[in-house]
Amino acid sequence: MILARIVGSVVATRKDPRLEGKKLLILKSIAPDGKDDAGYVISVDTVGAGYRERVIAVSGSSARMAEGCKDLPVDSAIIGIVDDVRLD
Amino acid sequence: MYLGRVAGCVWASVKDPRLESQRLLIIQPITPDFKDKGKQVLCTDCTGAGAGEFVYWTRGKEASFPFLPTEVPTDMTVVGIVDSVNLKKDPAAGPPAAPPTRVVETNRRERKC
Repeated sequence: MILARIVGSVVATRKDPRLEGKKLLILKSIAPDGKDDAGYVISVDTVGAGYRERVIAVSGSSARMAEGCKDLPVDSAIIGIVDDVRLD
Repeated sequence: MYLGRVAGCVWASVKDPRLESQRLLIIQPITPDFKDKGKQVLCTDCTGAGAGEFVYWTRGKEASFPFLPTEVPTDMTVVGIVDSVNLKKDPAAGPPAAPPTRVVETNRRERKC
């Protein structure tokens, strides 16, 4: 899983029919201290996250275990909205 | 599976219902000689590891297996707490590194995997 910040969204008209009704968001991965890391990823939203929010995203085949993503052609899904990060 | 050190934790209220009551730990990957290496990652936990403990973690779909039959949507899970690491050093490389000291005492919780 990665920590990420939502920086935008993606609109696609022609797509796999199983992806209809799914919100696609652009995530920028971040370090636990909030600094930006390299790389972007497009994720399916399952929790109703919004712009600039810090989220938890799961990738790989585990993304299909997120709620409502069973048997969907996705490899990244947002599964949580971060309240707080504590570094020891 | 990879070695890591517990570096922090994450709270999230809004989350997938199957992540309820799961602990989310920030893990710093380490080398077998306990040096930090690479970016910190976010793992679920099935062992009850505490702050500063050395652990090993797995990634991929297998990371959700400790929680079966619940299908927890996770791709990284702490699956063990490291007691010791035996590493045969090259004698030409000098004396072995000093053993690490645990940063914080643990408050480990018993947990059924």
